[in-house]
Amino acid sequence: MKKLGIILVSHVPDIARGIPQLLTQVAPNVSITNAGGTNENDIGTSMEKILAAIEENKASELLAFYDIGSSKMNLELATEMTDKQVHLYDAAFVEGAYTAASLIEADVTLSEIEKQLASLKIK
Amino acid sequence: MLTTEITQEWMDKFYHKIEENKDYLSELDTPIGDGDHGNNMMRGMEGVKQGLAKLQKPDLKTILKNIAMSLISKVGGASGPLYGTAFLEMAKKCGETQDINALINAALDGIKKRGGATEGDKTMVDVWSPVAQTNEITQKVIDDAIASTKDMLARKGRASYLGERSIGHLDPGAVSSGYLFTALLETEASL
Ligand SMILES: Nc1ncnc2c1ncn2[C@@H]1O[C@H](COP(=O)(O)OP(=O)(O)O)[C@@H](O)[C@H]1O
Ligand SMILES: [Mg+2]
Repeated sequence: MKKLGIILVSHVPDIARGIPQLLTQVAPNVSITNAGGTNENDIGTSMEKILAAIEENKASELLAFYDIGSSKMNLELATEMTDKQVHLYDAAFVEGAYTAASLIEADVTLSEIEKQLASLKIK
Repeated sequence: MLTTEITQEWMDKFYHKIEENKDYLSELDTPIGDGDHGNNMMRGMEGVKQGLAKLQKPDLKTILKNIAMSLISKVGGASGPLYGTAFLEMAKKCGETQDINALINAALDGIKKRGGATEGDKTMVDVWSPVAQTNEITQKVIDDAIASTKDMLARKGRASYLGERSIGHLDPGAVSSGYLFTALLETEASL
């Protein structure tokens, strides 16, 4: 397993579960966890689910990608409650996560990955 | 001075306002959002009510923190982490001062930091900020602040994706924040 992991946060459980399918194809050795929907699996996000996804991830340093609104806010709250290091990126959700996964798999350094992600910033 | 007694009464009154206006809040959230703000706030306040009922002789900090955690875990929408952060910041600050104005200012700073919104972005900040800045909270200050969001162009939250089309509607989070402060006014008058 790689030292860097990825966490995906979406308002929709199916979106959060779906993106890893795209990523694991190019990044089988990257730990990817996700949190989608509210505690009741309605549309929204849950700080508890995000915290669980952070803790479940096999890596101790994580790159986080997310969709709109409350995703980022609940992610920030969760990062304040974990010992793991979590980096948030305002990048295009799917493209950003795909870029990060491919580069982590290829052992590219975090600072190099961040340079690539900068061009995908849309938020 | 914010006390445990005032806070409990305040939350009780806020609960009832949300209950009475749940459908209206969701209606406001329909043209410029996803139509769930009333339901989100109701779920959150059910959580707050249940959470507070379980506490035994809590101090102010415990109460405020409990409110924050219920809102963060139950609301589900963007207003959850925002209201949650507001009460979390009040909980952090209340050891130093129980002055209501100082606590509201701490809460406002937290909301701004969490959501990145500032005055004029058509969000709950446009109610919290005038209330934080006034020497005496009155219903007029609250009503004017809510009304001011109507002509604003949304720059944060879901409404921002609508651009110009967000103009002409009240911001739902500004309206629910208005209920929060009206509930506080009524609490102070009743005790
Ligand atoms: N970034 C933000 N900063 C401040 N307030 C915000 C922000 N995003 C959303 N809001 C507030 O939250 C309200 C919407 O809450 P709600 O409908 O419960 O969440 P969601 O938008 O996730 O469905 C808005 O009307 C606005 O007042
Ligand atoms: Mg909404």
